[in-house]
Amino acid sequence: MGSAPQDPRKYLRNFLLHFRPTEVPERALRFSLAWGLGVASTTLLMLLMASGLLLKFVYEPTPASAYDSIVYLGREVPLGQLLRNLHRWSGYALLTTTVLHLLRVFYTGAFHAPRQLNWIVGLLLFALVVVSNFTGYLLPWDQISYWAITISTSILDYLPAVGTPLKQWILGGSEPGPATLMNFYAIHTAVLPILFLFALPFHFWRIRKANGTVVPRAPGEDLPVPLPMVRTVPHLVTREAAVALTVAAVVLALALLFDAPLAEQANPGLSPNPTKAPWYFMGIQETLMHLHPLFAAVVIPGLVVLGLLAIPYLSYDENPAGVWFCSAAGRKSALLAAVLGVALTTAAVLIDEYLLAAGSAARGDPVRHGLLPFVVIAVLCAGFYAWVRKPLGGSRNEAVQALFTLLIAAFLALTLIGNLFRGPGMQLVWAG
Amino acid sequence: MNTLWVGLGVVAVVEAFTLVTAYFKPRQPRAATDGGETVIAAGAVDEFEPGSVTAFLRGKFYLARLENGGFLAMSRTCTHLGCTVPWVEDEGRFVCPCHASAFAINGDVLAPPAPRALDLFEVRIVNGIVSVDTGKQRKRSAFDPEQAAYPEQA
Repeated sequence: MGSAPQDPRKYLRNFLLHFRPTEVPERALRFSLAWGLGVASTTLLMLLMASGLLLKFVYEPTPASAYDSIVYLGREVPLGQLLRNLHRWSGYALLTTTVLHLLRVFYTGAFHAPRQLNWIVGLLLFALVVVSNFTGYLLPWDQISYWAITISTSILDYLPAVGTPLKQWILGGSEPGPATLMNFYAIHTAVLPILFLFALPFHFWRIRKANGTVVPRAPGEDLPVPLPMVRTVPHLVTREAAVALTVAAVVLALALLFDAPLAEQANPGLSPNPTKAPWYFMGIQETLMHLHPLFAAVVIPGLVVLGLLAIPYLSYDENPAGVWFCSAAGRKSALLAAVLGVALTTAAVLIDEYLLAAGSAARGDPVRHGLLPFVVIAVLCAGFYAWVRKPLGGSRNEAVQALFTLLIAAFLALTLIGNLFRGPGMQLVWAG
Repeated sequence: MNTLWVGLGVVAVVEAFTLVTAYFKPRQPRAATDGGETVIAAGAVDEFEPGSVTAFLRGKFYLARLENGGFLAMSRTCTHLGCTVPWVEDEGRFVCPCHASAFAINGDVLAPPAPRALDLFEVRIVNGIVSVDTGKQRKRSAFDPEQAAYPEQA
C-alpha cells in the first residue's frame, strides 16, 4: 500500500460524477427550482423494481391462482402485506411525481433547446409509467382489476377498423382471461423494466449533456457573470440523498398505515356498481359520460399526445428557461387559465348532466355528442389562445403556457369529479 | 450493391413483422371447462315459458323466449363498455350496473349509452331441443323478427 491512506469515498464520488458535473451553479440547488421531483421519481422507480422483484417470488399469473397468491402474500408471507402496500403506493406516488415533474419542466421552460429531445424522452418515460400502472392494475385479478381493465380496453372497440383487433391483441382474446394475465404480467415485469433500463439513463445523459438543470432566475433578471458554482460532491448529492430518503420514508409510512385495496375475486358474471377505471383514467371516463367514445377516448387524447410532443418545437418568441411561468404576465395568465379551466369544465359537466342529457337522447350519437361538442371545445381553445395573444398582449410562450394550463386544469377537474362525485350507476353524487 | 442491402433489409423487416405478429396473435380461447364444445344444448322447447329469460353461466349467454314463442340467445356483455348485464325480473329488462344502459327482452336498447342491441348467438331448434352455438357471435344494431328461432311446427 502507498504511504498516504486512500480515501475509499473517492470511488463513490467517481461513480456519482459519471453523470453529474464536478461543479453546479449554486442557485440551481434551490429546492424551489425542481422540488426534488426527478430524484423522487427515480427513487420510487427503484423501490418499485425492488419490491416488484420480491413479489415475483410469490405472485402466480393465472386467473385460477392470482387472487389466492395475493391473499397468501398478505396472510402467510412475513412482511408480505407491507411489501404489497409499498409496491402499490409507490406506483401511485410515481405517477403523481412524474406528472408534477412534467409540469415543473414545462413551467420552468426546461424544454427549450438544448433540452428538446429530453422532453420527448421524458414523455416516453411518462408513457412507461402509465402502462406500468395499468398492466399492474390487472394482476390481483379481483373485481376492481378485472372490470377496470374490461371497460378501459373496451374503449378501443370504438376506434374504427383497427380498434377491435387491437383490443383483442392486447387482451389475447375478446375479454380478459388467462392470456391477458400472461401478457400483462410479461409486459409489467419484463418488457417495461427493460425499457426503463434504457430510457432512464438516456434521460440522465441528456441532462448531463445540457449541463444540468436550468438555472433559476427572476423574470428579466440576468444571470451574474461569472455564475457562482459549488462542488457537486457534497452539495448536490447530499440534497439528492435527502429527497430520496424522505420519499422512501413517506412511502414506507403509507405502506405501514394503509393496505392496498383488494376486493373479492374477479367474477366475469357480475359487474360491480359502479365500475370505475383506475383513478388516473377517471378523467377520461368522466369525459366518456359526456362525449362519444371516439372523441373522448381517441381523438382528444390523440391530439393531446401530439400537442405534448410538439411543445418543444413550436415557434416561440424567447427562451425563458429558468424563469417560472415565463414572466410576471405569464404568471397571471397561467393562473387565469387554471381558474377558467376548472370553472368552465365543472360548469360544462353540470350543464350536460342536468340540463342537456336528460337521459333520453343517445349520448352515443357521434355527431350531436361527438363532433359538435368537439368543434365547440376546439374553437374555445383557439379563441382562448388568441385572446391571451392579442387583447392580453402575451408572447407566444405565454399563450402556449396559458392554453396548456387551461387543458391541464380541465383534466384535473374531470379527474376529481370522476373519482369523488360519481356513485352507483355513475350518477353524480355529492358525497363521492 | 447498396440497393441489394436495402432490399434485403426490407425483406428482413417484413419477415420480422410477420413473425412477431403471428407469435403474439391471440390464440383462440381454449374452452377451459367444457372440453372444447361451443354448441350448448339449452333444453327442450317446452322448458322455456314465453316471455322468460334464462341465464346460462356456461357459455355466458341469456336464452330469451319472446311472447310469440321465438327464441333469442344473447350475449351478456353490454355493448357500451363490456360490463355484464343482469336480467332484472322485476323491471322486465336488462339493466347494466356500470352506466345504466337498459335492454329489452329482445336485446333492443331501451336506455343509452349503449350504442346497439345485445349481440346474438346462433340458435338451432332440432327435434324440440334448443341449442346455442356460442362460437358464432353476431353484432346487430336492433332487433329484427327474423333474428329469432321458432320451434318446428308439429
